[in-house]
Amino acid sequence: MQAINFLKPNRDNIKNYSIIGSVLILISLIDVISNAFLKTNLTSFLPGSLTTLFPLILGLIGLNMMRIDYSGNKTLDLLNKNINTNNFNALLTLLILFSIIKALPPSLSWMIFDANISGDSKDACTGTGACWTYIKVWFRRFMYGMYPNEFHWRINTAFILVIALGFVGYFLKENLKKYLALYYVIIYPVIAYLVIYYLISGGSFGLQWVETGAWGGLSLTFIVSFFCLIFCFPLGMIFALGRRSNLPVIKYISICYIEFWRGVPLITVLFMSSVMFPMFLPEDFFMDKLVRVIIAITLFEAAYCAEVIRGGLQSLPRGQYDAAKSLGMGYWKMHIFVILPQALKLVIPGIANTFLALVKDTPLIFVVGLAELAGMLALAKTNPKWLGFAMEGYIFASIIFWIICYAMSKYSYNLEAKYKTER
Amino acid sequence: MSDPIIKIQNMNKWFGDFQVLKNINLEVEANKKIVVCGPSGSGKSTLIRCINRLEEHQEGDIIVDGNELSEKTKDIEKIRAEVGMVFQQFNLFPHLSILDNCTLAPIWVKKMPKKEAQELALDQLKKVQIDDQANKFPGQLSGGQQQRCAIARALCMQPKIMLFDEPTSALDPEMIKEVLDAMVSLAKGGMTMIVVTHEMGFAKEVADEVIFMDEGMIIEKAETKEFFANPKSDRTKLFLSQIL
Repeated sequence: MQAINFLKPNRDNIKNYSIIGSVLILISLIDVISNAFLKTNLTSFLPGSLTTLFPLILGLIGLNMMRIDYSGNKTLDLLNKNINTNNFNALLTLLILFSIIKALPPSLSWMIFDANISGDSKDACTGTGACWTYIKVWFRRFMYGMYPNEFHWRINTAFILVIALGFVGYFLKENLKKYLALYYVIIYPVIAYLVIYYLISGGSFGLQWVETGAWGGLSLTFIVSFFCLIFCFPLGMIFALGRRSNLPVIKYISICYIEFWRGVPLITVLFMSSVMFPMFLPEDFFMDKLVRVIIAITLFEAAYCAEVIRGGLQSLPRGQYDAAKSLGMGYWKMHIFVILPQALKLVIPGIANTFLALVKDTPLIFVVGLAELAGMLALAKTNPKWLGFAMEGYIFASIIFWIICYAMSKYSYNLEAKYKTER
Repeated sequence: MSDPIIKIQNMNKWFGDFQVLKNINLEVEANKKIVVCGPSGSGKSTLIRCINRLEEHQEGDIIVDGNELSEKTKDIEKIRAEVGMVFQQFNLFPHLSILDNCTLAPIWVKKMPKKEAQELALDQLKKVQIDDQANKFPGQLSGGQQQRCAIARALCMQPKIMLFDEPTSALDPEMIKEVLDAMVSLAKGGMTMIVVTHEMGFAKEVADEVIFMDEGMIIEKAETKEFFANPKSDRTKLFLSQIL
């Protein structure tokens, strides 16, 4: 039997080394886990600071022993290539692993084991953990704002209708496909607006009028994001083309527009739209605050979209323009059939970025008195009956925003994959 | 003698302060094949790009098929539809299949019914022998196949004139032949062609006239045999001695 060489692990003694290494790592893990979960210190016999460093040192030695290049063992190679390339990376790996283990028990007990969800008042929350009762009681407010409880079905129906209409494009017949862009840019927003106006606002067909001030919660987040997203994209496209136009008037109008909106903070734009703007309107002219806010955000984000799309337009080689022109295509045909399909494909990541930022900017409309999800949260945490549960609320809102944004970014990856063509 | 289909008179062009084309006079009759050669930077490409106004000239007249090209020309798209062009870098539309590349302009510019356009496109693709690739995308084809597709795409517009801007310069030596073959058979079909190329073999085979350009000027213009047999200017002799 070959003697174990402690200094040089290699392929010959791979078995010994990997076994000893894994045992050492296992011991260090057991120590950390027992420390975190069972609150017992297995190494209390060691002097002070050594106790805390013990698992780290043991793990490092273990990983060091397992670091054998081209060992032939797939799992081991994968491990060595990714997290165990050298001592420093091994240290980082262990530190991250240990901090996750250490953080797990307190967060789990706060969120689940010591948390309360039963009852419907603050008194039910007796545990030391989170008070999910708060979320449960306020759930409808967080979703629908101050909208009257008995009419919530109207919001739900409207959303289902709007989503269903959005899928119409998938089922269009082949010979109608060319109207797809027209449908999504013009017809769909108009129908969606009418659906939301007649169902959620009400006022006709025997439905009671509910003013927009009462709208709120997640449904308002969706309404604002939805309209801003579908309007800012075509608008941005127009300004992107305008900025590249040869006609000086159009070009400079576009530049002024983009530079103006990119230069002001969104929060001032919202204030202007709700406070200043009505002063310039004639007395008898009324425009709803929500509509004004949506227009303001749309104009604001369109400037960002425009610059992202312009980036895509500029990345196309000049030859594409030449080829389209030489075939006798005019400006619009060239852009619609040749330039934009390629440019828009290139800017999907950038547009997804802008759209995500837009969704996460919607909480700002709280400053003009519209309480969407985060706004409702801010209202709820100041309710005298429910003081002191801000944490639960913000965690709840973060999770919801994260789900929305993650779904959007996943969708954008899908689009990228779908429209990928080799050059 | 018929009227020339392309007529260029005293044409000058500048890029900023730099004069790229100097006092160009050129007449091309219908069905004639012209080869333009010369060292790089001599303005050959710019000259033919001026003919379908991908570049604007500042002085002089260019008359294509009876239409004068100027800033006021509103129907520049109509003229371009009658002048096909093939580029050095192929410039196929990468997001469309080969067939769609060929049918796009006939359908949307000439308002041809889709079915008719597809038949025409397949016909043209067959002539350049890539009809079996019709449903692939440009990125899946070799350079030579892409360039032949580009020729077919231009021909689908049924142009009166074809311009070739160094069509074989970006190709492997093996692929040059297949593209040149396609061009030769096009020439034999009676198309009016202006070809910027360094392929002197092609020039000898099909060209009626050869033009030699240097520093933005037409140095020499002669019938093909005459041009190669006894070039007049020293600059042409030097050029020919270097590339032949």
